[in-house]
Amino acid sequence: MNIIIVGCGKVGSTIAEQLQIENHDVTVVDIDEEVVNELTYKLDIMGVVGNGTSNTVLQEAGISDADIVIAVTEMDEMNLLCCLIAKKTSNCNTVARVRNPIYSNETEFLKKELGISMIINPELAASQEVSRLLSLPSVIEISTFANGKIEILKLKVEKNSVLCGMTLIKMRKAIPGNVLICAVEREDEALIPTGDFIIEAEDYIYIIASKKDSQLFLSSLGLFTDKVKDTIIIGGGGLAYYLATDLLYLGLDVKIIEIDRERCEELSELLPKASIIHGDGIDESLLLEEGLTTASSLVALTNLDEENIMLSLYAKKISGEKIKTVTKINKITFDEVISSLNLGSVVVPKNIMTEHILQYVRALENSYGSNVETMYRLVNGKVEALEFNVNEDSEVVDIPLKSLNIKKNILISCINRKGKIITPGGDDAIHRGDTVIVVTTESGLSDLSEILD
Amino acid sequence: MNYSMIFYLIGWTLNAMAGFMTLPLFVSLYYGESSYLYFIPVIAVSLVLGISLVHKKPKNTVFYAREGFTSVALIWIVLSIVGSLPFIISGEIPHFVDAVFETASGFTTTGSSILVNVEKMSRGMQFWRSFTHWIGGMGVLVLLLAIVPLVGGHNFQLMKAESPGPAVSKFVPKIKKSAAILYAIYIAMTVIQIILLVIFKMPVFDAVVTAFGSAGTGGFGIKVDSMASYSWQIQLITGIFMMLFGVNFTVYYLILTKKFRQAFGSEELRVYILIIALSTLAITFDAGEYFNGFGETLNHAFFQVSSIITTTGFATFDFNVWPTFSKSIIVLLMFIGASAGSTGGGLKVSRIIILTKSVYRELQRTLRPRSVKKVRFDKKPITDDTVRSVGVYLAAYFLVFSLSVLVLSLDNFDFTTSFTATAATINNIGPGLEVVGPAGGFSEFSDLSKIMMIFNMLAGRLEFYPIFSLFYLPFKR
Repeated sequence: MNIIIVGCGKVGSTIAEQLQIENHDVTVVDIDEEVVNELTYKLDIMGVVGNGTSNTVLQEAGISDADIVIAVTEMDEMNLLCCLIAKKTSNCNTVARVRNPIYSNETEFLKKELGISMIINPELAASQEVSRLLSLPSVIEISTFANGKIEILKLKVEKNSVLCGMTLIKMRKAIPGNVLICAVEREDEALIPTGDFIIEAEDYIYIIASKKDSQLFLSSLGLFTDKVKDTIIIGGGGLAYYLATDLLYLGLDVKIIEIDRERCEELSELLPKASIIHGDGIDESLLLEEGLTTASSLVALTNLDEENIMLSLYAKKISGEKIKTVTKINKITFDEVISSLNLGSVVVPKNIMTEHILQYVRALENSYGSNVETMYRLVNGKVEALEFNVNEDSEVVDIPLKSLNIKKNILISCINRKGKIITPGGDDAIHRGDTVIVVTTESGLSDLSEILD
Repeated sequence: MNYSMIFYLIGWTLNAMAGFMTLPLFVSLYYGESSYLYFIPVIAVSLVLGISLVHKKPKNTVFYAREGFTSVALIWIVLSIVGSLPFIISGEIPHFVDAVFETASGFTTTGSSILVNVEKMSRGMQFWRSFTHWIGGMGVLVLLLAIVPLVGGHNFQLMKAESPGPAVSKFVPKIKKSAAILYAIYIAMTVIQIILLVIFKMPVFDAVVTAFGSAGTGGFGIKVDSMASYSWQIQLITGIFMMLFGVNFTVYYLILTKKFRQAFGSEELRVYILIIALSTLAITFDAGEYFNGFGETLNHAFFQVSSIITTTGFATFDFNVWPTFSKSIIVLLMFIGASAGSTGGGLKVSRIIILTKSVYRELQRTLRPRSVKKVRFDKKPITDDTVRSVGVYLAAYFLVFSLSVLVLSLDNFDFTTSFTATAATINNIGPGLEVVGPAGGFSEFSDLSKIMMIFNMLAGRLEFYPIFSLFYLPFKR
């Protein structure tokens, strides 16, 4: 598809890179020549320097043939205007990033009246993710498929866990909950396990199951399944506001520590039920005074990645690993290092936003033929979990899985048959109309038939 | 430095060479010549080497500017050497340096020849010699980009390193598609020229090689007098097509996508046409005494102007005998060169425009120190960085130029010969003045001078930096 991305910031460039890998024709527009040059130097895409709200510039970027315009500049108004112009000139699909709560409360109106296909608020999206992570404190990472019906959860196998030393076959018999371990991270290595795989302590396992089954599984392992009771949020930006609203609604105790006096006043007006503390979040004595040792969770949302990392590490240390921590990381890209730290859950708002937009693009593309619906990268990008729509008959349809010659390192981990979640065995077959989740260490699968050797 | 990736690309180049050489092979078979025998071993060796280099794709496909520039330079050197082998084996150009000179002159679309009598050459070899122009005109790597499965965005480095002009742009987001469109336009225009030439009664073989020569803006003829003995219609068609191939190909893409205003609004195109028109008129009035009547003078003047500004180097007349004013115009046109993004060489019209404008800006700055002014091109302000790089390009150009004049003067020809031989090779034109004029040749130079000129041609075609990188990178980490 022809895709125009306006704004080459963090999100814009991440989306451009992924869409390019997925073989779309991408054109980026930005006012800063240097940014455009750098990106076109790195990726096989076209760059246009100019203001994305100008019709001339959009024409130059090929708006007349564009299928999607994604506006992700720093400014909400510019994004909206850009989408509006794009819609008027070429009737393409438009995606706008809108950050200001004033607009995001009017999303439906804007969508309808301005004809914008998707409005996404990065902070809102990130806050939903954090909120989900807090509701399952023992889980480090959550990826959802099939509109939230199926989840891949990342768990750490502790030393005292019953799972240690079990093979997967034994695990399925011993522990209730119809779950499948679809990937394992062991000392920086990504493994797709088979039935005789033995789980060891310190492994990170990725389990795939329906929501209900994963709850059952977690509770039978004796892991926390209740959501946390209270939380301390460090840094009171937009994300903290959305998160606090959500958590307060769920009935949690929320404490926000914010360094800026005026922002504190604002937050206290917006969130009367939360306790707002004016102070520096990285002040050790303040944290202890505010009850870090007894808190059940901490969410580090300051603007500095380094601070957030330190906060989470400190909280883990001081509470003796009992606290659930969520760390926001904006900029730092050394994934391998980050995952080796004991940070608990990590949220990267730009990645969440990128996932959302990519899912929209893929869904749109599916109506044109190809069939990846959702894709997540697990284990630092070494494993991909893909959801395929089975729209038509192909070599893999209606044949029992055991008779298919499937490539090594590919696991058909879940079949969603009209809402019924099947964990497939050798006798199951893929039918037309199913959606299938495939977990693989191979990258770049674009069609379900590519799983065959 | 990712050497495995560089070798992989060289492997593909060898395969492409083997593919290219099958064409002259069939030509010589068609004419019942024995010259096909000399293509077979070269094709076989290229294929064996090429396939062994590409059969396994390198694991590490990371490709940065330095790999891009180095591989482009190496590939062009490989082309010149492998391409010269049929000439050497067949004995038609027995001397190694001569054969490489002729082939480099072909691929870089220069058209300078060391042959004394080209008409004695076999058809197969004549065809191969002209075909190298056509291949080199649009570039081998551009072709490879269109057909070879390479992943990653860094491929743009290759296109950048091979394409002429200060700023390289893609037509469409995908480089593969861009390269394919470029070649499609190129092929279509070549075919149209061949058809027109045949309609006006040019023999088919002559029409094909002439079209190759003008498409690549090369200029190898198959007659001793170049284009002089053909009818005026054939000369006019060739003149017009040379001019067309000297236009930035983006213009054609814009026309194809019906963006006429953008296409014809191009500042470079307008200045290019203006220079051609003015030079043609000036020569018409200055050199009228050599021809019968205004019409004939205009035709010859236009042909020579078009041939030199596009750096083709065909001739319908020995302009060496023209008055000094006309000759001076010809020499100046050599330096201006064709448009960026065309198949022509030289400094490029866009660089001349930017240079002239920056001189004007500098003057303004000197006289009114507080004034702020941006250099504009195509109605858009261009960055100081671009202006700077154009200035530095000129410096690099004259460094090589001076060195070459010095080396060539060792052969003790007159100054005009050394000077114009350098200009003719560095700008990829072909003929110069005096000894190397349209009626002369490069055969009398020493091997050292020939090697210097091979360097000039490659450096000029690739716009210096790729060739320079070969001298820079091995010594720096």
